[in-house]
Amino acid sequence: MNRRRRTDLLIDLGLGIFGLLMLTPLIMLVANAFKTPEEMLSWPPTLIPRDPTLDNLTSVLNETPLLSWIGNSLAFALLSTLAIVATSGIAGYIVAKFPFRTINIVFALFLATAIVPFEVYMIPLYFQVKQLGLLNTVPGLLVGYLVMSFGIFLIRQNVLASIPDELIEAARIDGGGEMWIFWHIVLPLLRGPLAALAVLAFFQAWTAFAWPMIVATKRSAYTIEVGLALFQTGYTVDLGRLSAASACVLVPSVLAFVLLRRNFVQGVAATGMKE
Amino acid sequence: MLRRRRWRFAVMALLPTFAIFAWVRLYPIVQTLNLSLHDWNLLSKNKPFVGLSNFIELFGDRLFLTALGNTAIIAFGVMLLTIPSAMVLAGLIHYRTRSRFAGFYETSVFIPHVVSLVPAAMAWKWIFDAKLGPLNALITRLGGEPQSWLFDPYLSVLCVIILCSWQALGYAVLIFLVGFRNLPTSVYEAARLDGASGIQSFRFLSVPLLKPITLYVSVVTLISGFNVYAQAFVLASDAQGAPGRLVRVLVLDMLENSFRNYRVGYAAAEAVILLVIVLVLTGAQFALLRERNGR
Repeated sequence: MNRRRRTDLLIDLGLGIFGLLMLTPLIMLVANAFKTPEEMLSWPPTLIPRDPTLDNLTSVLNETPLLSWIGNSLAFALLSTLAIVATSGIAGYIVAKFPFRTINIVFALFLATAIVPFEVYMIPLYFQVKQLGLLNTVPGLLVGYLVMSFGIFLIRQNVLASIPDELIEAARIDGGGEMWIFWHIVLPLLRGPLAALAVLAFFQAWTAFAWPMIVATKRSAYTIEVGLALFQTGYTVDLGRLSAASACVLVPSVLAFVLLRRNFVQGVAATGMKE
Repeated sequence: MLRRRRWRFAVMALLPTFAIFAWVRLYPIVQTLNLSLHDWNLLSKNKPFVGLSNFIELFGDRLFLTALGNTAIIAFGVMLLTIPSAMVLAGLIHYRTRSRFAGFYETSVFIPHVVSLVPAAMAWKWIFDAKLGPLNALITRLGGEPQSWLFDPYLSVLCVIILCSWQALGYAVLIFLVGFRNLPTSVYEAARLDGASGIQSFRFLSVPLLKPITLYVSVVTLISGFNVYAQAFVLASDAQGAPGRLVRVLVLDMLENSFRNYRVGYAAAEAVILLVIVLVLTGAQFALLRERNGR
């Protein structure tokens, strides 16, 4: 028994150290944001800045439209979440509960496109956006992130698993219209999976890179990811300011993740049950 | 009558989603396939049909072959690094589920998977930095030779692999954890009664039982490895603003051909090759699964 306790302790220790190591790059980045240029070079790297400074942060905010980049990203991610939740909610319900053959074929088509990575068709999609004159706009960004095949699949699985046909039949007999049933009976029962999907969709758009990179080419239209990536290729940029800019993005997204962890993990874990 | 009304509702409700799908998925996918057989310089009205000549040219294109090679090395490197370690980690975390720190283990491994890519890559860029980075400082302290991690053609690919693995690990661990939680406890119970050690039951029970999940996570990791772009862009861009010249990857080569060299058809052909790779990998996954079930 004693030996077992010792192995458990050892495993705990190993996992703890590994977990901290995984987080180290991020922790160091945030620490660097508040360091003076001299301290940044000191060895061993300090975890807590000896004489913390806000210079990096203020000079980044003066030099770059960081806040408006964050604003662009937020608008893009929120609208994308809204679109994906709406389309997945209704389409997932229909494909689960309306067993018409044509609908099954359409659903198979939805799923089949999920195999094709976004990178494969983003160039033609770019020209569609260009034709509409939506380059460098949030709606233009949105075009790439309006639907999610996995979202439809996720909602369909949840409808099949948790909403019995009898419930819907009963509502129909009571004279409920189809729209009313969807809105007042189905949606409330799907709150959990829809929340998981929302968190997933938000982070997907928030961290998008390749698509915003080609659609947003004007400095004012960048998302935060693109802005940061291009900001760091400049000549004169030093590490402190880069770290400060990165920390501005990192800290809120880690906080959001920790708060929404349950929803997120539920959503991501569901991607594994596709098979 | 009732059936007709229900049918009409279903169609009306599905129509907007289907229209969006057709517009932002189906059409551009077909368009990619179509463009790959044409020559188009972005400006001209004409898009002459050139058959397979884009593909033939690609296989003599040194830059493309470098990109394909790098991308494949990165994808397989990330898979080889991530999958075994994720399985062991998930096994250990599952074993310590009742530990007070189980939540921390899971979260700390998962956070790199969700944080914004560019800031995270920036952190690693600093770590790898030849002059300012802590990695070289550490190596010097230990009496080693400092390396120019991000400027050496081999080491910079390794750096991209490390960054991508650091990010991919959390997803793999999470999926493996779901797998571990769904394994039948009775089998382990029996093994323990027969005197099997923890390591033995991991080796002889968990590994074979988790095979379908291993297959799934491996393919997902490989596919996202083939789509690598941002990581290479951030890590391997130099101060002169020539991003990603050092570690050329498929997506980068594709975007450069399309938007810098104005060869959209040629870039579409690259996209088609990426698609073929993904389809082959997915096909292999299903074939391996079926083979296993058939036995």
